[in-house]
Amino acid sequence: MTLSRRQFLTGAGAGAATAACLGSTPAQAISREPKQMPEGALGMLYDSTLCIGCQACVSACRAANDVDVGHVPAPLADWNAARTWAVAEDLDGVTLNVIKVYRDGDASVKDRATDGFAFMKRNCLHCVDASCVSVCPVSAMIKDPLTGIVTHDANACLGCRYCSFGCPFGVPQFDLNSAFGQINKCQMCAHLQAQGGMPACCDVCPTGASLFGPVALLQAEAELRLAAEPGSLHQFPRGDIRGERPMHEAAIPLYQKHVYGQTEVGGTQVRYLSAVPFEKLGLPKLGPEAPVRFVEGLQHKLYNYLLAPAVALFGLAWAVRRNKPGIDAHDDKEH
Amino acid sequence: MNIEAGQQTSFDVVLDASADQPVGLLGGLTRRQMMKFCAGVAATMGLSQAAGVRMALAAENPKRPPVIWLHGQECTGCTESLLRSYHPTLESLILDVISLDYHDTLCVGAGKQALDYKHKIMEEYRGKYILVTEGGTPMAADGIYCKVGGRTQVELVREAAAGAAAVIAIGSCASWGGVQSAFPNPTGAVGTAEVIPGTTVINVPGCPPNPYNFLSTVLHILTFGEPPALDELNRPKFAYGRLIHENCERRPHFDAGRFALEFGDAGHRQGYCLYKIGCKGPETHANCPAIGFGDVGEGNWPVGIGAPCFGCTEKGVGFTKPIHALANLVSQTPPSLYPSVDGARGHGASPGAAALVGGVVGVALGAGAMFVKGMAQERDQAAASAPRKPEREV
Repeated sequence: MTLSRRQFLTGAGAGAATAACLGSTPAQAISREPKQMPEGALGMLYDSTLCIGCQACVSACRAANDVDVGHVPAPLADWNAARTWAVAEDLDGVTLNVIKVYRDGDASVKDRATDGFAFMKRNCLHCVDASCVSVCPVSAMIKDPLTGIVTHDANACLGCRYCSFGCPFGVPQFDLNSAFGQINKCQMCAHLQAQGGMPACCDVCPTGASLFGPVALLQAEAELRLAAEPGSLHQFPRGDIRGERPMHEAAIPLYQKHVYGQTEVGGTQVRYLSAVPFEKLGLPKLGPEAPVRFVEGLQHKLYNYLLAPAVALFGLAWAVRRNKPGIDAHDDKEH
Repeated sequence: MNIEAGQQTSFDVVLDASADQPVGLLGGLTRRQMMKFCAGVAATMGLSQAAGVRMALAAENPKRPPVIWLHGQECTGCTESLLRSYHPTLESLILDVISLDYHDTLCVGAGKQALDYKHKIMEEYRGKYILVTEGGTPMAADGIYCKVGGRTQVELVREAAAGAAAVIAIGSCASWGGVQSAFPNPTGAVGTAEVIPGTTVINVPGCPPNPYNFLSTVLHILTFGEPPALDELNRPKFAYGRLIHENCERRPHFDAGRFALEFGDAGHRQGYCLYKIGCKGPETHANCPAIGFGDVGEGNWPVGIGAPCFGCTEKGVGFTKPIHALANLVSQTPPSLYPSVDGARGHGASPGAAALVGGVVGVALGAGAMFVKGMAQERDQAAASAPRKPEREV
């Protein structure tokens, strides 16, 4: 079917106007309002320089969350047939918490970027504006309005794994080894907190490398550590920052002057301190903007009153109608 | 069994038929027993059995160099530890293995008589005797805080060190000041090395040190005429080359994250790792877990009986760090089994998967193309069969 000049120009003009409209609108205008951290938000401060890599948190996490220790990497399966010991390789369908190690050169000195090594604890960061909550089509990921902790309802989950791909840190993982697998992620031992306890990892950490408490207090403690003179003695709390456990005294290391999670993706409730650049420890460099703000804003505008699907449907129908002669019975009779 | 047989062979080379007869010089030991002792000492130092034979011969030599033993600021615990060594016993030790000619605590004479004998030995064996210092040396106020025979410890150490073939500091006090050098250190206590700068002092630290570490060091000097290999703090490497953490029998509990949280709790009673209640094993170099104390069998050392190591053999740890402060982990390398932060999960697409996906995409593209082509043909046929209509006016 040929178009007349006028038709072509009209169509082209309208298209150009729409494109210009979309393109020139600042992303800010499309993005929805950022979500705010609840006042009583709870979180964790992980200080890589305090971590001794003992994995007490990993085994405590397994015990607290009824994780079967039978998940053994293939090379170790033979000698560990009794399943008495297991190595967590990465976050996966059953591993909610893992200690990883950064090595460089001869790895001789702890907390040094070159020829050194450092430990890094990986678990859910409990973002203030969480992507997993945003992308979940069935609201199986729920952000607690009071504590801000992101929990996961396995009964609602349909296993689409959008959250795995949406998470900037690769945290929610699907248990691919099971026929009836589930998405799994750290829920900050919500069941223990409900009984007045604290996350198992923070409870057993011998050095306070994993410290539990209100995010505001943890942030203040982190800033105190960054402000202190390297080498000066500091009292490091253990367990719950509000608790009364004996602190332990140690020298302030040469920190990277940043609290990871303070600004990243709109803020996270689990925050990190380290002496080695965070990118080297597997924490990606991320902007202060939560990516879901733009995506959610754009989609909610496009799908407002099902406008975009309706336009697409009628547009396609019109195109087919124009290009397919003899589509309607009336035309057939004419010829 | 093999070791026994090997020893037998080595001994028979040097022993004659009378090997099992008690020898007066050896304090009632037979020569064979003496050989076995020296072979044991050589094994402690990681030396061959041949070295054990050489040590036995050196210790039997009646002209073996004498040992002069001075006491400074200390509790005599190092001597007490030495008195409780059972292979050999004290009498065979001071009469046969080493020639302990002067010792403030053990010498038979007293007062001027004892000091005169010390001076006689120092003159007679000038440049040949071994000086052992036990205890710190006070330096404040010209050293008046510790005197023997009216002379300060500083003077006595310098005098005795001037003619010594080798100087050994036994115990943490003699090595780097010990308990009296802890803040605020009113007497200005220092280790022997700081009293005689420029002289190599072999440090055998510990509170008390294991007597066999001391004995092995002395026998090494007697046998080879030189001190054993030393580390940067002048400690013999054979005894202080490794961290306590590396050989600790509770190490598996550390690796598994099982800690005693306080004294007497469930974890403590089950023998869990003592790191969390202040064990300094991860930053203290010593062979305590390997050889134990008191000759009463394995596991008899502080951590073995449930008391955290307090770091007595490490400068700047014992008597310096608070007893319940957490230790720094002085590990050479991170554990090899831990996953790497950059460890890639899984692997790339397999050829089969790539082929399958490629095929599906190809079929879809082909079907789409055929459909569009069919539509175009249908339209062209319709256009050709229908009479040409004038363009619509808009």
